Amino acid sequence: MSPELIPTAGQTLGPFYGFSLPYADGPELVPPYHPRAVLLTGTVYDGAGEPVPDALVEIWQPDENGDIPQQRGSLRRDGHSFSGFGRCATDPDGRYQFWTLTPGTLTGSASAPFFSLIVFARGLTDKLHSRIYLPAAPDAAQSPLATDPLLSTLSAAEQASLIATRVPDGSLHHDIHLQGEEETVFLDFG
Amino acid sequence: MPAIQQAAVRLSTQNEITAEISARSADFQRAIDGGAAVDHRTTLDYAPYRSSILRHPTKDLRHVDPETIELVSPAFGHRDVGEVESDLTIQHSGEPLGARIVVAGRVLDGNGRPVRNQLVEVWQANSAGRYIHQRDQHPAPIDPNFTGAGRTITDDDGRYQFITIKPGAYPWRNHTNAWRPAHIHFSLFGNAFTQRIVTQMYFPGDPLFPLDPIYNSIVDPRARDRLVANYDHELTSPEWALGFRWDIVLTGPQATWFEPEEDDK
Repeated sequence: MSPELIPTAGQTLGPFYGFSLPYADGPELVPPYHPRAVLLTGTVYDGAGEPVPDALVEIWQPDENGDIPQQRGSLRRDGHSFSGFGRCATDPDGRYQFWTLTPGTLTGSASAPFFSLIVFARGLTDKLHSRIYLPAAPDAAQSPLATDPLLSTLSAAEQASLIATRVPDGSLHHDIHLQGEEETVFLDFG
Repeated sequence: MPAIQQAAVRLSTQNEITAEISARSADFQRAIDGGAAVDHRTTLDYAPYRSSILRHPTKDLRHVDPETIELVSPAFGHRDVGEVESDLTIQHSGEPLGARIVVAGRVLDGNGRPVRNQLVEVWQANSAGRYIHQRDQHPAPIDPNFTGAGRTITDDDGRYQFITIKPGAYPWRNHTNAWRPAHIHFSLFGNAFTQRIVTQMYFPGDPLFPLDPIYNSIVDPRARDRLVANYDHELTSPEWALGFRWDIVLTGPQATWFEPEEDDK
């Protein structure tokens, strides 16, 4: 081990990743016709409240049982395996969308179920980590959100920036605010 | 054109941008001289890169202990990537124009262990500094024999290799007469999702380095130097291609620990 091993620093995605990073079915962790497919969608906003049309959003999640997928093949969907990873470039209106499965509670974890999230964008000098928690089920006696180790350290407004909203059609909605009054809580694992 | 750029009343001059870059460097050095710990990371709030002004978080990142899902990485394999995807010069019927180069190196974790079987993606401008992307309006020629996108999977020693064309410098509208130093965009996965990184590799001796706000958004000069590849004559192929070597060191907590191997350095 060398003491000179300075970690490689990140750089902005820049504007012209569109011909490289997006891949076929990247936003479809499961096909939309999967019987338990859930739609996760939202918009990436800048500090002026304008949508960010050149962001890249990635999610990484356990399956419905809380198991972490470790089979290879996250880029080439085979139509039945669940790789747990998805990538979506935002559209001209700053929107992203994923078709996926509802993440389960991680085995042995005190955390409420969530999607792990990374955001890249032109104008964003480095990646940003965050989480998208599932909203409380209306019939739950006690929501796991109440005892989540991260959420319990946050203010109500900060918590709201990390918890998806259940839309009447059953899909999940979650906006990402890079800056501003509703700024998303971004994470440092260091 | 994005609203942010439309809203700009007047583009700054290069001298103004360079002065801002110098001021941030001086601030960094003053903090180090005052005993502050060196932060090797990229600065999110870096106004010389104008598009970052409305796109950087204003609150500090929230420290959290990573969950198990964050301590492992999505899994990729050779099934994900075709053999020819690491050679950007054979994706069309003819040879692309420009200087053919080999870019190779190792992906390591913070302890110097190889990051094996992980995905490396690259994208770049052609030799004239033009991206194939439809929104690139730089009036330089498109090369019908060069797309500029590649992928590979690291081997058991964490090694990767691409064959490509040396990209040209690229003009942009951050300020008047703004030019990006020649660079190749890299996207990498580590052994943990926390190690995920998108960055850029530069070429040694580029005179545009001190002028470029993106390169200088890494304020620590030693960390900045790490983004510059080394010319490697051993990697150069006679009468065929120049070789550039660039190792990538990923950092961040991770769950997967490899057994030390005899050939581990």
